[in-house]
Amino acid sequence: MTTAAEARKNAPLWVRLLLPKDAPLYQRGDAIFGWLLALPALLVLTIFLVIPFLMAFVMSFTNQRLVSPNPTEWVGMRNFERLLTIRAFTLEPERDESGAIVYDDDGSIAYPRLRNFTRKNPDYPELNGLREVTSWQAGENRTVILAADVVFLRALINTLIFAGVIAPLQGGCALLLALLLNQALPYINVFRAIYFAPVVVSMVVVSLLWRFIYDGQNGLLNTMLGIVTFGSFQPVDWLGNPYTAMPALIAMSAWQAVGFHMVIWLSGLQTIPTSLYEAAGLDGAGAWQKFRYVTWPGLRNTAVLVLIVIVIQAMGLFVQVDVMTRGGPLDATQSVVFQAVQRGYDKQDIAEGSAISVVLFVIVLVITIVNRYLTRDKD
Amino acid sequence: MAAMTFETRQRLLISLRISLMILISAIFIFPIVFMIVSSLKPDLQLLRDSGSLLAFVPYGDISLNNYADAFERVPMAQFALNSIFTTAASVAASLLLNSLAAFSFAFLKWRGKALVLSLIIATFIVPFEVIAIPLLLVVNSLPWLGAGGIEIGWLNTYHVQIIPFIADSLGIFLFYQYFRDLPDELVEAARIDGANIWQIYARIIMPISGPILATVAILKFLGMWNAYIWPLMTIRSEELRPIMVGLQYFFQLNTAWGEIMAYLSIVTIPVLIFYLALQRAFIESIATSGIKG
Repeated sequence: MTTAAEARKNAPLWVRLLLPKDAPLYQRGDAIFGWLLALPALLVLTIFLVIPFLMAFVMSFTNQRLVSPNPTEWVGMRNFERLLTIRAFTLEPERDESGAIVYDDDGSIAYPRLRNFTRKNPDYPELNGLREVTSWQAGENRTVILAADVVFLRALINTLIFAGVIAPLQGGCALLLALLLNQALPYINVFRAIYFAPVVVSMVVVSLLWRFIYDGQNGLLNTMLGIVTFGSFQPVDWLGNPYTAMPALIAMSAWQAVGFHMVIWLSGLQTIPTSLYEAAGLDGAGAWQKFRYVTWPGLRNTAVLVLIVIVIQAMGLFVQVDVMTRGGPLDATQSVVFQAVQRGYDKQDIAEGSAISVVLFVIVLVITIVNRYLTRDKD
Repeated sequence: MAAMTFETRQRLLISLRISLMILISAIFIFPIVFMIVSSLKPDLQLLRDSGSLLAFVPYGDISLNNYADAFERVPMAQFALNSIFTTAASVAASLLLNSLAAFSFAFLKWRGKALVLSLIIATFIVPFEVIAIPLLLVVNSLPWLGAGGIEIGWLNTYHVQIIPFIADSLGIFLFYQYFRDLPDELVEAARIDGANIWQIYARIIMPISGPILATVAILKFLGMWNAYIWPLMTIRSEELRPIMVGLQYFFQLNTAWGEIMAYLSIVTIPVLIFYLALQRAFIESIATSGIKG
């Protein structure tokens, strides 16, 4: 009689490799079939997901281009430095010989030209090549924010604003819809289906359709606003105006996806036992108090989930920008992914596109870790 | 005024609620109604009507001319066939590959399983946008055994639109969750009866996996039919282009509104029909995909 351990030692190599230590030898069929059945899917995932993911990291430290006469070289952190360099710089007013502040013809304080500092000025090497992002007046001085890659910084800020605005907006509207539908009324499923319908429509189609709705001349939105205000509304070119373009994208995106999150809220609402509402009713709680003390505490995890899902989807903002505005007007709708695709694909600068992708991944990773932390089991 | 009875008040509240729900429905369907109605009108009327609520009324010179024109402008039938082919192939293959892998994870014992499974779940947080560009380099250097021998580079083919997507971690995870909740006795009993692993998969597990097959199929269907960035990057020639990318022909065409609406309708109506027919399954599938992780 041999022991299990001895039998294992005498077994062929593949058995020792694939069979779990605590499994009896007769299950070796499982071990090999297990691998064989999982292998096709694992191969596909490795080649088309894991390898490209690792490549994005590697290439972001090189100067690789799709087609290049020069060999690819390591450039260390240069791509990231270029993307993420931001400096604040204070401009002091021009002064005449007596030390008094010089004023422009229109009465505003005159400052030295920024480019005196950012064009190879040996006294300010850290400002070389930077460009202005924004500036504001502080006392008599002027504070200027400079960046190496102004367009990317704009894209990053826009994407964060997009995510930061759309998360409460879409999540909140979805909750209101869910509360409205969470009733035993006839035809509830019909309404649920209607509110959900835009989710199944492709974002490309939705974006193209909304280009007509937002049109400055014949757009439906202007028409409808004109009707409700009895013609006193002045038509707006929603996508052509830098102040309305981003809000227009946000509103449309929320419209498209709100049904999705409504369904998630609904399933959260259904986990709250009705006995809690009955008890609260017996204690004399009104509708608001029931929401505040029964519904909302029961939805805490759902709320985190909804917000995280919206934010992660929002960070991938691309199709709307690509179809509707191409980043314009005046970079008001640039987004991180749009920039990654523009540089990595259109300009074939793979290294820079990859670096942007890595920045995006790090942001998503941080959000996910925060999510895990917020929804961790308390015990 | 006499106080309303409890019942009258309740009834009033309910009708208020239903009116509100109908009003909100209008917000969600007006673009879709606008699209379909406009696709039937000639351009001039369409422009005139968009200045009023007539935009939503199918009246006047209604015809399918826009559809005919759109078919003439772009090889739409070819685009549609391409989309149907790539979508059907990826749905079928992904059902097979994902369920096989999940079956292995759920029912078979092998070394490294736990590690591999947690790696698969970890890949959930990689957005496709992050890997799109390096993926382009990968497919550009892969070999393919074609009619003319081995060729390098998958760009501009059918398989570049299909093979990268025939396995996905969400699909595997959804199958795995479903299988894990099935009673172990099913598999044990089959083993005692002498069934082999393939028989257990094909005869026992698959026949009772209808709901999860539908979920994974719907998610894959939507993802593939609506695919845009990837075919945009990889497909150059018209003969291989899917229907969603065909929309590009109309981007710069600011005059032919009717044709654009016709094309948008053709792209969207099949999905909407599917959706309305399988409404419950669609909503549940998509909701499940949001609750991963």
